[in-house]
Amino acid sequence: MNAPNKSGWKPEINAAADGMHDGPATATGNRALMLEEPLIFEIGHAETTGVDLPAIAEGSANRLGGMERTETFGLPGLSEPETIRHYTRLSRQNYAIDLGLFPLGSCTMKHNPRLNEKVARMPGFADVHPLQPASTVRGALEVINELAFWLLELTGMHGVAMSPKAGAHGELCGILCIRAALEARGDAREVILVPESAHGTNPATAAFAGYRVENIPANSDGRVDLEALKARLGPDVAAVMITNPNTCGLFEPDMKAISDAVHAAGGFVYCDGANFNAIVGKVRPGDLGVDAMHINLHKTFSTPHGGGGPGSGPVVLSEALSPYGPLPFTARTADGVVHLVEEENAAEFEHTRAFGRMTAFHGQMGMFTRALAYILSHGADGLKQVAEDAVLNANYILRSLDDLLEAPFGHSGPCMHEALFGDKGFGEGLSTLDLAKSLIDEGYHPMTMYFPLVVHGAMLIEPTETESKAGLDQFIAALRSVAERAKSGDESMKQAPYYAPRRRLDETQAARKPVLGWQGPGDT
Amino acid sequence: MRYLPLTDTDREAMLAKIGASSIDALFADVPEEARLSGPIEGLPLHASEMAVERHMRRLSRKNLAAADAPFFLGAGAYRHHVPASVDHVIQRGEFLTAYTPYQPEIAQGTLQMLFEFQTQVARLYGCAVANASMYDGSTACWEAVAMAARVTRRKRVVLSGALHPHYAEVVRTMAKFTDDEIADALPTLQGTPDNDGLIARIDEETSCVVVQYPDILGRISDLGAIAEAAHARGALLIAVNTEPVALGAIKSPGELGADIVVGEGQSIGVGLQFGGPYLGLFAVRDAKHVRQMPGRLCGETVDAEGKRGFVLTLSTREQHIRREKATSNICTNSGLCALAFSVHMTLLGEKGMRRLAAWNHSLACEAADRLARIPGVRILNDSFFNEFTVTIGTDAREVVRKLADDGVLAGVSLGRLFPQVDALKDGLLVAVTETTTREDIETLASALQEALA
Repeated sequence: MNAPNKSGWKPEINAAADGMHDGPATATGNRALMLEEPLIFEIGHAETTGVDLPAIAEGSANRLGGMERTETFGLPGLSEPETIRHYTRLSRQNYAIDLGLFPLGSCTMKHNPRLNEKVARMPGFADVHPLQPASTVRGALEVINELAFWLLELTGMHGVAMSPKAGAHGELCGILCIRAALEARGDAREVILVPESAHGTNPATAAFAGYRVENIPANSDGRVDLEALKARLGPDVAAVMITNPNTCGLFEPDMKAISDAVHAAGGFVYCDGANFNAIVGKVRPGDLGVDAMHINLHKTFSTPHGGGGPGSGPVVLSEALSPYGPLPFTARTADGVVHLVEEENAAEFEHTRAFGRMTAFHGQMGMFTRALAYILSHGADGLKQVAEDAVLNANYILRSLDDLLEAPFGHSGPCMHEALFGDKGFGEGLSTLDLAKSLIDEGYHPMTMYFPLVVHGAMLIEPTETESKAGLDQFIAALRSVAERAKSGDESMKQAPYYAPRRRLDETQAARKPVLGWQGPGDT
Repeated sequence: MRYLPLTDTDREAMLAKIGASSIDALFADVPEEARLSGPIEGLPLHASEMAVERHMRRLSRKNLAAADAPFFLGAGAYRHHVPASVDHVIQRGEFLTAYTPYQPEIAQGTLQMLFEFQTQVARLYGCAVANASMYDGSTACWEAVAMAARVTRRKRVVLSGALHPHYAEVVRTMAKFTDDEIADALPTLQGTPDNDGLIARIDEETSCVVVQYPDILGRISDLGAIAEAAHARGALLIAVNTEPVALGAIKSPGELGADIVVGEGQSIGVGLQFGGPYLGLFAVRDAKHVRQMPGRLCGETVDAEGKRGFVLTLSTREQHIRREKATSNICTNSGLCALAFSVHMTLLGEKGMRRLAAWNHSLACEAADRLARIPGVRILNDSFFNEFTVTIGTDAREVVRKLADDGVLAGVSLGRLFPQVDALKDGLLVAVTETTTREDIETLASALQEALA
């Protein structure tokens, strides 16, 4: 193996457009430590492999039913050193929480403790099969049960479905529990009410579960309009899906009144628990009348997000919904043994009304071990401190910027774990997008943009509890600088970012002429 | 509290800046009666790194790890050797602690990897386009069924009886709420699957036929006739694969005419992990169906300087734009598992995939021959890749439990997978991979012989 670039592929360089860099264009397209990296299809070969495997003589064993593969795949291989280099080079083109503050509101990017990674890789958790006999996985079942115990204590709920694979999958699980409970009482309801400040997954979930979705407007404080909600309740409403704290970063103070009204009308309350990190240890959703709530373990309990998943979305359930929770789940018997309850033994555990199964196996075990390690590290006292520091950090950001940036709900009282700003007052033609891309040049990942939809040019900033005051001050200074430029109408922001591995990418072209896989020479 | 950087001095200064009298003042919107005053009673307080590690290690030791026993379990999750480089790469903070690549200019690492991953999956499956991954194989299977209903505007689903029963149960569960009608059957202990019976159930109302390849009993059959029958009646063929390593040895589902190919990618790069996180793979044979696909897609484009770059694309199908009209409610993928898969696949390459598959098959043939010599044991399969079914003339659940007590993880009993079908209870599904040694096979054979004596 010689040069990494075997195919002779070179990135296209437009030297004229490259004028903002002082130095000359390089022959390779590389810039010292910032290296261009071809695709594996451009540098790998069908004959190269980075794994030592014996060659088996053809025809030595063949019971493949006449279905032997005759075509080639077109899958290139790389040796081990080439592989490590390829992915290491790619990694350097990513922003990550390990590199700096990642203020994505409603996504919650906090420090990922490495103890959790170590724990998840213990052989008793990482190297066990989901269908091993229960007698050989007692410890793994105890992990699930112990995590379930904490989730129930922290939320004040009655039961928990651990198997949903992500937050949105958990939403579906909660809504299916509600549907099963309504059907069990012969009550066919058709509508789910979703406030307009809800996550986009909420209406998608309700529709996927066969319901008609109706929006409930927000009031001028950025909260659910209680009177509008009450007026819409009736015998056709199966549930209300509410996000609390909501996506404007505000707590819904009428939550209990909302729950009471929904229950009185015969419906159920689904709470989107994506923002549970703001209130963990401070208030229990069960005490507010919630019937079902998913918990994004990666948000509240810090499991790494890995560039977009995997997530994990256990759903806590009220007493009314618990009998309908899906299989499989764990149950501890009086003798202290934790059992796995699945199709085979559901009757023994008197769980015969399960609405079904969400996934092949038991959920995200690798996330459970990480979440449990995080919970045990913090304990009841630390988790309360988590919520307090997250809220303190968000309010610090809100009050450090609200003289400069429009804070549409700044008058509504303290925010919770995230601070919301709008784009009012920006110079001609400059947008939230331009501000965000300029923030990239300052060395930060931008905040969540254009969400929630109720605020024009929304910027939702979530610092989380794992940022220091000094780190926040530096971020605030950077944000003030770009906000001032935006307000003064600094046209150069429209071209930002200048210093990222790529300048602004043409998303329209990507959608109009989709290229979704590599098509190389000889490919059709 | 080692993860919390604020000091009490910081907290006071910040409260002063905010103009709040206390932390509690920040929680003023939480109704007083619902507010918890101190840490929740009955829960332990914070623990040191050492203490947490000790506790978790104690729980870990209560499990019998696959590496510590002769191990023969499959049925949708397989133990393969994962090269050390794979875990090294996925633990790099820039991959591990990144978010969804919403800001493509500073997420090219994840995006290029996803583009490469999509290409690898599409080629493995013999398809035009693959997405950036789903939660796991079973949920991908349901999403494929939902997609078929959108494409065909029909609501009748024909499930093969030899589909993994948990996958079938996920489809049945979800279909209850979308009014899809399910026509399915249960498998019988035959050497070859009943494809004619399956074809007979396809009619003009059928949106899709779902088959597993190789199927839950390990059998491999030509999907061509099923594809033809489905297409003749305007239905789609969905092929489910739970062991991607098999595709190193047998024809791809796309080549055989499947319209949507989904499966579990766990075998390549992702460990067993007691069932998750796993990696759902999803591909379509014909690019015209791409806008009906669920999940994220990464596409190639150029930046303002004309350099090649990658972005998430075609998001107008997704929940954050289409809300209740979205193709799916999912808003994530299995990014890190996709990375693990892609790194492992890059290490293997064409040559490695073929060798890995050949080795798996060869060892499985040896194991089948060895087990067939045990009195009372019969190999069911006419064909198989690395997993086959044996009938042992007695309830296999009991035998599996007994062998586990003796430290041998013998396989998955069909009684556990299909508790409602009495006729399957003496079936045992045995999986063999490159991690299986000849000594393991011998240990299983003697233990089984003893248990059946």
